[in-house]
Amino acid sequence: MAENTATISEVKEKEPLLSKKNRKLVTDPLDGNNPITVQVLGICSALAITAQMKPALVMGIAVIFVMCCSSVVTSLIRHTIPGSIRIVVQLAVVATFVIIVNEILLAFVYDVAKNLGAFIGLIITNCIVMGRLEAFAMGNKPWPSFLDAFGNALGYAVIILIVAFFRELLGAGSIFGIKVFEAIGFAYQGNGLMLLPAGASIVLGLLIWLQRSLNGYVEEA
Amino acid sequence: MAKKSNSYVLIYTIVLTIVCGSLLAITSEGLKPYKEANIAFDTKRNILSTVMDISGYSIRDLEALYQKTVVSTYLVNSKGEKVDKPFEQVKIDDEYRKSVEERILPVYELADPKKPGKTAYYVFPMWGFGLWDSIWGWVALEADFINIKGVVFAHKGETPGLGARIAEKDIQTRFTGKKIFDKEQLAVVQMQKGEGNDYTADAHKVDGMSGATITGQGLNKMLSEYFEAYLPFINGQKGGKVSLK
Repeated sequence: MAENTATISEVKEKEPLLSKKNRKLVTDPLDGNNPITVQVLGICSALAITAQMKPALVMGIAVIFVMCCSSVVTSLIRHTIPGSIRIVVQLAVVATFVIIVNEILLAFVYDVAKNLGAFIGLIITNCIVMGRLEAFAMGNKPWPSFLDAFGNALGYAVIILIVAFFRELLGAGSIFGIKVFEAIGFAYQGNGLMLLPAGASIVLGLLIWLQRSLNGYVEEA
Repeated sequence: MAKKSNSYVLIYTIVLTIVCGSLLAITSEGLKPYKEANIAFDTKRNILSTVMDISGYSIRDLEALYQKTVVSTYLVNSKGEKVDKPFEQVKIDDEYRKSVEERILPVYELADPKKPGKTAYYVFPMWGFGLWDSIWGWVALEADFINIKGVVFAHKGETPGLGARIAEKDIQTRFTGKKIFDKEQLAVVQMQKGEGNDYTADAHKVDGMSGATITGQGLNKMLSEYFEAYLPFINGQKGGKVSLK
């Protein structure tokens, strides 16, 4: 696949920054290899913070930041990390960036940080983050690692936003806090189930079903 | 040094700890003024919104409004006596960890924005525990110390869509106009179990939150506990006429 260089790339280099292989690192997790709907990772936070769209958006951005930074750092120091403590090292890198994100949110978007509460801290436990460090960044150069992290984090963000869209719309009758049903003059009684984690499970289950039937993906027995 | 040797691992761990630790310390210290300003501003905003609608105010307008509205702030102890101590030093969450008798309680006197200078409302900050973590709030009483003008509640980690609703206007407006005294006896308004019931006839009950009974119980405990603690102060203001029972 490597010799099959990108057609849109005009830079005549050995490995253009956005070669087909590199672009695939970003696009794959958005579709056929989505961390949530295909690999079924990061489900815990996908259930927890998707009751409304605004926290889901901030969470998505926070995860993108944490994943990109920790993947690049891990990739840069990958040759120095002793194998026996590599998980601990990855954890320390991820935790550092998560706490920095939390501090930045508290300093500059206090209301959102207040809203997300403990969930920002729990990015540390998001399986996607350490999963990509262990599976990709530990064995690849910084730039591909960055793209891989960005793609996976984006795949995560897109899915939680879709889930949050349906939960907020059906549960509270609003999108980003704007009462859409009231705005079009339709009295809508919010469905409380959609605001509970059970509602997220249902939406997520339907999404996984949709994604897999479109892609024809089946679990290997 | 071999990558597998114990000393390499040990030194690696130490260096990693120092690097990560310093990064976090620098971030935390560097952003401290912003964080403290946010918390102070949030408190002012919450205190103001117990007595008036502040939506649509810009940050600068709110500061000016706060200066104009807050007549005086002071501290009282559990005997109702004023405490001579810098007001900003008293943190309500630190005081919550002390026994009820030892707590120092802040009081805010607010004026009606239309009649500046004259105390019309008393705002009492409170702290408690919900289902998962801390909850807190500010309750504004009218100058008669009976009727609730308004409340603002906040929480750290209640369930979104359930207990977290205490931070929403819909829930908070249910407390407006309710009473904390029945004649001369303290009878703090309490949130009921179940939702959708009409308590407009009962000045000591508010409709509950479906699916968040424990958060509601924490809220009730916080209200009772703090009004009992503020009772000696209120008693002093009312000329010694009110009692617990």
